[in-house]
Amino acid sequence: MIAEAIVAGLVAGVVSGMFGVGGGVVFVPALVFVYDVGQVEAEATSLLAIIPVALVGAWRQHGYGNVRVREGLLLGVLGVAGALLGVVAANAIPEGALKFAFAGLMVVVAVQLARDALREE
Amino acid sequence: MPPVTRRRWLELGAIGTAAGLFSGLFGVGGGSILVPLLVLWLGYETREATGTSLAAIIVIAALAAALQGAYGNVDAAHAAAVGLPAVAGVVGGTWLQQRVGARALTLAFSAFLVALAILLVVE
Repeated sequence: MIAEAIVAGLVAGVVSGMFGVGGGVVFVPALVFVYDVGQVEAEATSLLAIIPVALVGAWRQHGYGNVRVREGLLLGVLGVAGALLGVVAANAIPEGALKFAFAGLMVVVAVQLARDALREE
Repeated sequence: MPPVTRRRWLELGAIGTAAGLFSGLFGVGGGSILVPLLVLWLGYETREATGTSLAAIIVIAALAAALQGAYGNVDAAHAAAVGLPAVAGVVGGTWLQQRVGARALTLAFSAFLVALAILLVVE
């Protein structure tokens, strides 16, 4: 089980580095399948797993001069209320509906990525 | 650095709130909201938007994870099992990005995501 988790984590990291898609869209289904947890637990654990990835990513991007530090931190601090509200909502709505909406989000991300890739010719 | 104007505060607050809602609701970083809004609305260059969104995600994910922890939904061992290898993966992925033609890989990853989405719903 730990081997599957490590593989899933590596994949999430690689795609996040390559495509700029955060780990969450891979972490959540990976946690559901590997550990057989519910959608809300997978989302909660994904949030914790995202922190080191974002830290290292931001640090490396900062080295390339790609981070506007003050505005990034302001975005984060001003976004906290929304984040807390989102967590309350995730815990309040039926899990089946949340899972369905999450699957929809994955399809939207997939379409966005494919469209950008095809446009890049 | 120029001072942050009132208008800028409002813009950053609106974008941060949208990203935060998304992040808390779906357990993701919110980058797929942050990056396009920073580019289209605030005129960020793409790489700058990606880098800056990561800084915002650290704060948003930390607070959202803390509240999920208070609900008793977070499993720290599971988070470490996927999160720590992902750190190594990110470094490798960034390195790969400079070297391989991304188009075929991106399309393959898109198909993979759609397949995962279907599995998630039927599971």
